[in-house]
Amino acid sequence: MNSIHDLGGMHGLGAIAAETNEPPFHEPWEGRAAGILEVMTFPAGFTVDRFRYLRETLRPDLYLTQSYYEQWLYIAEQALLEAGMIAPDELAAGRVAPGGDRRDDAMRAGTVWGFLHDRGNSARDLPAAPRFASGQQVRARNVQPVGHTRLPRYARGKTGHVIRLHGGHVLPDASAHGGGECPQHLYTVAFAARELWGEAAHARDTIHLDLWESYLEPA
Amino acid sequence: MSLQEHPHHHAHGAGHGHSLVPSDPALRTKALESLLTEKGLVDPAAIDAWIDAYERRIGPRRGAAIVARAWVDADFKRRLLQDANAAIAPFGFLGREAQHVVVLENTAAIHNMIVCTLCSCYPWGLLGLPPRWYKAAPYRARAVIDPRGVLREFGLELDEATEVRVWDSTAEIRYMVLPQRPEGSEHMTEEQLAELVTRDSMIGVAQVQVAKAAAR
Repeated sequence: MNSIHDLGGMHGLGAIAAETNEPPFHEPWEGRAAGILEVMTFPAGFTVDRFRYLRETLRPDLYLTQSYYEQWLYIAEQALLEAGMIAPDELAAGRVAPGGDRRDDAMRAGTVWGFLHDRGNSARDLPAAPRFASGQQVRARNVQPVGHTRLPRYARGKTGHVIRLHGGHVLPDASAHGGGECPQHLYTVAFAARELWGEAAHARDTIHLDLWESYLEPA
Repeated sequence: MSLQEHPHHHAHGAGHGHSLVPSDPALRTKALESLLTEKGLVDPAAIDAWIDAYERRIGPRRGAAIVARAWVDADFKRRLLQDANAAIAPFGFLGREAQHVVVLENTAAIHNMIVCTLCSCYPWGLLGLPPRWYKAAPYRARAVIDPRGVLREFGLELDEATEVRVWDSTAEIRYMVLPQRPEGSEHMTEEQLAELVTRDSMIGVAQVQVAKAAAR
């Protein structure tokens, strides 16, 4: 979706406020908010792509003004609300409604370290050969998907060349919307900075994006 | 499935429901944790363990250990740049947000830097959780259109002849930069070298310097 999360190339957002010796969490609630979303029981079929999509549905003004972990609270709430695992009145009260469901299968402390080192990943074997080869010129398609996509606006319609093939990977555009994994070949594509931004960009610089096969066409 | 389709997309009210929850994030967190604990959807002890992992155990020292090894062991460096997953696996660092790792070597001629313009993808397993500025709008907006200006803001003025390569993390590939080994470090041990390596140098917004160890 063409919303505020697609930030690449925007002006006017201010200076980069780097802190020295920054802690992982600035306030205790940040760690707990992040931790909730990491270890909670998700709805069946929930994916990382759904997670990212839900964040993208945050109102643009809130996306730019709420802190990062506040946005994670929103994602957790939305994920559970849309699956009917919690009710709006329960969320408001912070209590289970009378007669509400309870379960006993949440991730335990003893399994967290293993969860953080799980090697499960988004790579999938594909029977089909890749459509594009290393070195080949490709154009990112000029499309405006209203759902989740990982093709930023700044690359659409632009031409680059394939520098690396990654094999099949789960397609976020499908996985974010309950459409299954629909794995496709994934490529790293290098774009000249001048192709993306015009003559004012440095002649030597390049921007690299990881793009799925259906995002690309021969150029 | 074509890019135009989104068969299960529900236009659920963006931001609706906000009036129902406390506006203070600390209170909102508390309410959500209480509710989910009562429902058995979360175990508070698991949250404690998760926080402990990122506060004490999973951070930039992991990436620094890999960098230092690459600086002292040419064969390891070759394998790291060729197949980072295979080279890093024995360290036990692969896992959450570090499942498909690609390591990029900075040299006098090429400067790599990483960003995620669409969200905040970052190699957690190697560098820990990302700093605020990496997740915030200004860096995400500018890293791709004005990388040299961004680097200048971090105090790094690159030579005109240096090629800048920006890597926008749009998939599950997680990038880490192998910074240049600094001058004056020739006598140092692997452990001492690891101490020099900063988080920012592995994101690619800084270089490693012998005098400037510690800070970030």
